[in-house]
Amino acid sequence: MTAEATAGTVVRTQPQIQSELMKSRVAAAMWFLVPMLVALAIVAGWPLLRTIYFSLTNTSLNNLYGGDFVGFKNYLSWTTLKSGRTVFSGLLVDPAWWNAVGNTLRFAVISVTLETVIGMIVALVLNAEFKGRGIVRAAILIPWAIPTIVSAKMWSWMLNDQFGIINDLFLNLGIISQKVAWTATADTAMTAVLIVDIWKTTPFMALLILAGLQMVPKDVYEAAKIDGVHPVKVFFKVTLPLVRPAVMVAVIFRLLDAMRIFDLIYVLTPNSKATKTMSVISRENLFDFDKFAYGSAQSTLLFLMIAVMTGLYIWLGKVRFDGGDR
Amino acid sequence: MTMDLWAITKRVAFYALVLFIVVVAVFPFYYAILTSFKSGTDLFRVSYWPTSFSLDNYAAVLNVGDFPRNVLNSIFVASVTVLLALFLAVTASFALSRVRFRGRGLILMTILAVSMFPQIAVLAGLFEVIRFLGIYNTPWALIFSYTIFTLPFTVWVLTTFMRDLPIEIEEAAIVDGATPWVIITRVFMPLMWPALVTTGLLAFIGAWNEFLFALTFTSSNATRTVPVAIALLSGGTQHEIPWGAIMAASVIVTVPLVILVLVFQRKIISGLTAGGVKG
Amino acid sequence: MAHIELKNIKKSFGLVDVIKGVDLEIFSGEFMVFVGPSGCGKSTLLRLMAGLEDITSGEMTFDGTLVNALAPSKRGIAMVFQSYALYPHMTVYENMAFGMELAKSSKEAIKERVEKAAELLQITPYLARLPKQLSGGQRQRVAIGRAIVRDPKVFLFDEPLSNLDAALRVATRLEIAKLHHQMNSSTMVYVTHDQVEAMTLADRICVLRDGLVEQVGTPLELYENPQSLFVAGFIGSPKMNFLNGEIASKFGANTIGVRSEHIEIADREGAWKGKVVHSESLGSDSYVYVDIGVGGDPVIVRQEGTHLHQPDAAISIAPIPGKVYRFDKAGKPVRN
Repeated sequence: MTAEATAGTVVRTQPQIQSELMKSRVAAAMWFLVPMLVALAIVAGWPLLRTIYFSLTNTSLNNLYGGDFVGFKNYLSWTTLKSGRTVFSGLLVDPAWWNAVGNTLRFAVISVTLETVIGMIVALVLNAEFKGRGIVRAAILIPWAIPTIVSAKMWSWMLNDQFGIINDLFLNLGIISQKVAWTATADTAMTAVLIVDIWKTTPFMALLILAGLQMVPKDVYEAAKIDGVHPVKVFFKVTLPLVRPAVMVAVIFRLLDAMRIFDLIYVLTPNSKATKTMSVISRENLFDFDKFAYGSAQSTLLFLMIAVMTGLYIWLGKVRFDGGDR
Repeated sequence: MTMDLWAITKRVAFYALVLFIVVVAVFPFYYAILTSFKSGTDLFRVSYWPTSFSLDNYAAVLNVGDFPRNVLNSIFVASVTVLLALFLAVTASFALSRVRFRGRGLILMTILAVSMFPQIAVLAGLFEVIRFLGIYNTPWALIFSYTIFTLPFTVWVLTTFMRDLPIEIEEAAIVDGATPWVIITRVFMPLMWPALVTTGLLAFIGAWNEFLFALTFTSSNATRTVPVAIALLSGGTQHEIPWGAIMAASVIVTVPLVILVLVFQRKIISGLTAGGVKG
Repeated sequence: MAHIELKNIKKSFGLVDVIKGVDLEIFSGEFMVFVGPSGCGKSTLLRLMAGLEDITSGEMTFDGTLVNALAPSKRGIAMVFQSYALYPHMTVYENMAFGMELAKSSKEAIKERVEKAAELLQITPYLARLPKQLSGGQRQRVAIGRAIVRDPKVFLFDEPLSNLDAALRVATRLEIAKLHHQMNSSTMVYVTHDQVEAMTLADRICVLRDGLVEQVGTPLELYENPQSLFVAGFIGSPKMNFLNGEIASKFGANTIGVRSEHIEIADREGAWKGKVVHSESLGSDSYVYVDIGVGGDPVIVRQEGTHLHQPDAAISIAPIPGKVYRFDKAGKPVRN
């Protein structure tokens, strides 16, 4: 009687009898995963830990193993002068860093917003049926296919102050009254960066939104048409709510991507304080200014910001997933 | 009559918008091609249509300096990176999509998290590892470091794809005595080659375009890849930027890419959306 | 040739118990059919026998050997799947040869066996084709051929006909019956939700319900001697008529069941009076749906030949004495 009862509970709590098949499959799965996990650990996990460690030392580029542990000194430190005044130094009180943070956030928010709006318009156009739709779709893939560095160079030629076609066009159209040094002037440098980024990335956004649009069943529109609902109203009341999940995923991916922008700015507006982002300033410190530890601290902070955003996204995504499961 | 006029206006406005989109999308590339065929002082005269035709810039790019070498570097680095990532990803995504085991969700989450990593965050640590391995300023430094973005991407896309393969075919193979390795290589791979081509192509483009690692982990003209070479292309003097040569180089590296993308248009769009929307 | 024994087999997926303790013996060379409504666990039971799912508890033996943990390929089984599950990129020949090839058999041996199986199933002309170039019926035959080539002790069929259209289903059913006669040393286990398939193919039928065996027996045993209301209702077409209340208590039962072929149109003592709801004539026989005023579904009466009844016409029907099944409250037969 007791033996039977025990046997019953054992069966309940223990995992099932593992068959040869399941054992061999799980074993194979482990062997298949180990190389990938090891690779990721070597190229991502370990370097990340080392970067964080470097940020807590005074390591220099020429002497990678000679650094001493200095705690959070790179982030914040203070000394009290004889006069009793406390002087702070370090990353958290560095105006250049906060300027870069501001630039990055401004760039990320504006570019992603405009890309989403324009991407939505392009997606709506591509979702309509008209002659030559295939050509348009092919055409908008071209900016996406062009390497970022190449597009930066192409645009810096077009935006050239003396010989650029944009100045020529705008002068002829009367939009500007004299030639503008788009990439060199502090006022317009960010605009130039935004223009190129929007040109290059909107196609991606448009294609993702288009995929979302095409999942909306056609009869929804037909029903709305029969009911005589105004097209604008249909867009806001029917289309937008239906594609919002797809758009949200795309927006978050793009936001995280925009937060780490480096190459476009490095090539298009080098050394412009108005566009220097977190990635650009970190690399400068790491490899150009011989402030390896300080640059590590900056990359660590950028990582933390993105990690928090990613965590928030995964967390919110899960909430939405459970809600959508009803 | 007024109704007709309104309909015509709407139609004209729509096609104007379409035309605008196409022109904006294509013009910079068109203008780069236009510029690349200009030489001498022509270069500095703005024109909207082809006015002259000269191959001087192409000759300059291909004969002077290391540009052909840079192209070969890029091809080598991107191809090896992709093959390596696909090899690791095919087996890993089988495990992640087909085998029930504890911790699967955690691994998928980790992969997604790594794909969001800012590259700059690992730059210092990677620099140390690459120095330690003695591969600084070689193509291997780039192949090694590019794994950080190609591997999560390929694993993610192939996992979503493999999840959709019919379970009964796998079970038939199990009954036939196939091991997981046989199932992957002899049953799944032949069914997956369209997905492999698409994923590989996207990863290739990613590796081909990479800039930050290539800039940091190479230091001589002969080991650079194309994006770095173009970014650092300089003229005879500090202030003279060789725009003609830059545009010619840009066209050389972009034309094959554009052709590839246009040929594989549909596959690329479905690959992008599989990685994005479903993820 | 294999004698299969299941002892108190249980299977749960997480907290859901799908198979709740099945005891069953399948004799060597027997054609056993698992039948039951969807969700009764019949496919899971088959997959447990194949080794594609792990048994949670209990013992399964093939010829006395415990196979609980044995890999599918080592059990001497072959399986035919509902969706055929042919390898799309391999020719018919390669599909059929794959298993032997993995078992490292010689090329000649493979060739001989594939060709023999192909001949048996009359698919020799298609050996070089890809599955997508075949019709549904041909594909199913290739799937069966792939099973034959493995020369298994046990054939497992998982609803192999449900993807075929009605005419093809009957033809393929015949093929499978023929196959069983030709290979009468092989044990065959066949899962279906279609009781006609079960009745026509089986040596014995195992009716499953809710993860438990409801009754095991030859088709005739199940037809003539259902051991529960459920089996009585499940076996036979059209479904057995069930009547409750006063009519049933007259027979000393909670529920009585009468098959449509066991009701006559006759006005005799104890007959039920009612009116025609509808009648159908299929040529060889006719069905009359009669409302006898006790609620529930109309009573179905089968008549041989062609008979037409006007709707609403008065009619009186009576069960053939001795052909009335009586069940108690628990759905078990009433015995005297």
